Amino acid sequence: MPAPQRGTPVDLTPAQASDGLDQTLGRFGEFGGRFAPETLIPALEELEQEFNSAWSSSDFRNEFSELLTSYAGRPTPVTECRRLSDALGVRVFLKREDLTHTGSHKINNVLGQALLTKRMGKQRIIAETGAGQHGVATATVAALFGLDCTVFMGAVDVKRQALNVWRMELLGASVVSCESGSATLKDAINEAMRDWVSSVESTHYCIGSVVGPHPYPTVVREFQRVIGDESLLQMREQLSGRDPDYVVACVGGGSNAMGTFAGFTDTSAQLIGIEAAGLGLESGQHGASITRGVPGVLHGAKSLLLQDEDGQIVEPHSISAGLDYPGVGPQHAALAATGRARYESATDEEALLGFQLLAETEGIIPALEPAHVIGWLMREAGQSVPTGSTVLITMSGRGDKDAAFVAERLSGRDS
Amino acid sequence: MNLETHLRSRRSLGKSLLIPYVTGGLGEPWLQIVRAVAAAGADAVEIGIPFSDPIMDGKTIQEASQRALDLGATFSSIVAQVATLDIGIPIVVMSYYNPLHHAGHVRSASMLADAGIDGAIIPDLPLDEIGPWADAADDAGVETVLLAAPTTPDDRLGRICERSRGFVYGVSLMGVTGERAQLASQASVMGERLKAITDMPVLLGVGISNSEQAVAAAASADGVIVGSALISRLLRGEGPDEAFTFVESIRSALDA
Ligand SMILES: Cc1ncc(COP(=O)(O)O)c(C=O)c1O
Repeated sequence: MPAPQRGTPVDLTPAQASDGLDQTLGRFGEFGGRFAPETLIPALEELEQEFNSAWSSSDFRNEFSELLTSYAGRPTPVTECRRLSDALGVRVFLKREDLTHTGSHKINNVLGQALLTKRMGKQRIIAETGAGQHGVATATVAALFGLDCTVFMGAVDVKRQALNVWRMELLGASVVSCESGSATLKDAINEAMRDWVSSVESTHYCIGSVVGPHPYPTVVREFQRVIGDESLLQMREQLSGRDPDYVVACVGGGSNAMGTFAGFTDTSAQLIGIEAAGLGLESGQHGASITRGVPGVLHGAKSLLLQDEDGQIVEPHSISAGLDYPGVGPQHAALAATGRARYESATDEEALLGFQLLAETEGIIPALEPAHVIGWLMREAGQSVPTGSTVLITMSGRGDKDAAFVAERLSGRDS
Repeated sequence: MNLETHLRSRRSLGKSLLIPYVTGGLGEPWLQIVRAVAAAGADAVEIGIPFSDPIMDGKTIQEASQRALDLGATFSSIVAQVATLDIGIPIVVMSYYNPLHHAGHVRSASMLADAGIDGAIIPDLPLDEIGPWADAADDAGVETVLLAAPTTPDDRLGRICERSRGFVYGVSLMGVTGERAQLASQASVMGERLKAITDMPVLLGVGISNSEQAVAAAASADGVIVGSALISRLLRGEGPDEAFTFVESIRSALDA
């Protein structure tokens, strides 16, 4: 099959039955499920039915595919990074989600969920956001579809992602700043869920990652699998029919990674998710829920969580708002348990190094989230990733949103 | 004490049931508050185990939970303190699922039972996921109270009533806990729908804020749960005496 061309609708083949999901309880191994307040259960059942019927309808898939093409700008290219490859001694390719409309992969999922919202006859859409990218994508698509839109954002993130707050408001969304807890992504999700418990009859909760109660982890993975499906074909074209040795993506909730991995589960590529090591795994100030978490239930699903000995959720830390989350999508927890994917981490400092190196060598300014993957590869190339390997990295978003923050962090340094 | 048996016998006296909610670990005198509301005529008391991410709770109980956590309250410290109570009415805990799951189903159920706690309300553990917890709780003799919501369809409502122990908790509005100026229109519909299909005690809760609302809600059900309206008083610095007065005023309005 030829690699998709820009402007060509993408063939979205139906999900494989081998997606690891036990349909009855929404389980991935021991993880997943539907641990939601009773008020929401009927809406989750409705969403599941609506998604299943939509996803098996060619009309729906064509409409989705058309939007991905004409509005979001898909397919996104895969760029071979020659100067970065020379610097690291491994062959690096980037899947360019940073080139989509609104500048991150989040738009893929939002377009799908907005179509579902319309099918369910709902007029209002709510979302949580960390980095602001999912909030911007939701506000954007709400404007496109004429939906009312409210975005919940932790007060800390409102400060560090000020540009995105302004964009959401320009797009007509109301942004609610959440002061409780750590005032970051998890608290924004809490607040969105509380709103949804009050408004569920008229409102769709457009969750931004592969987290939450069943069916969300599956819905979001399917709307993001276009990343992996496109990349698989594009890499085979670039590598004369071979698959990359490594497929690597950053993991906050895990949607860009899950969408990427979905295309490669049946290949021999090693799948690696990079979590935020923050100030270092030993510092306790990080967002590495798979590396350091234990099983628990938060935001509607059983997964691996950062929590204390009493079962209270621990406040995570990451330089990037999008990775600042104490949990992870349940399918990642399951992939880690079976060993099909491996999870490693990069610190705040390594992410900053990756941010600078990609800008200097390739003229691409990454978002801080995928900058963690570059930082990780700078450490591991020639070590655990042998010299000469081929590495596909999902460049989940562009760095404009982080530019002012990074400028401040780097100012006054000698390097 | 068996929660359901106790509530049934109180109901058979022709009285509306009243269960006040108190956040466990909320400041030094919190056990005094529990004793005060028991003395004021509560039929059972609900004790909240504070959790970092209480998605079914509005501002008031969020703030109380955070305060309790900041003061060092933990699942085991609250349970240990409850064990010292001797108030003559059943005690039910309200806990999000994670702290119970984290301690282990069998271990946390037996901790509750050993402390003399009769029931558990777990707002993020719906019917479909109750299995492993319910097995452990049933074995330990802890009655797991299920919630029913205005959105719950009829067939599911029946299954909830069958699996619920102690009583059925009817959520009286679309939303999270917190005081409301008026009783939601969904309250009496919820009460009537449940009363039509179950003989188990039916209590309405969430948002019931004063005597007048309690009386109106109790007209369609067997009784009411009052949480945020009491907690907001405690957050303002009121103590056991005021808590007694407040609960007693609802008690006498219900009995009038
Ligand atoms: C550019 C970018 N990458 C990654 C993430 C993390 O989300 P996920 O792990 O769901 O892909 C975010 C979230 O805000 C983001 O904006």
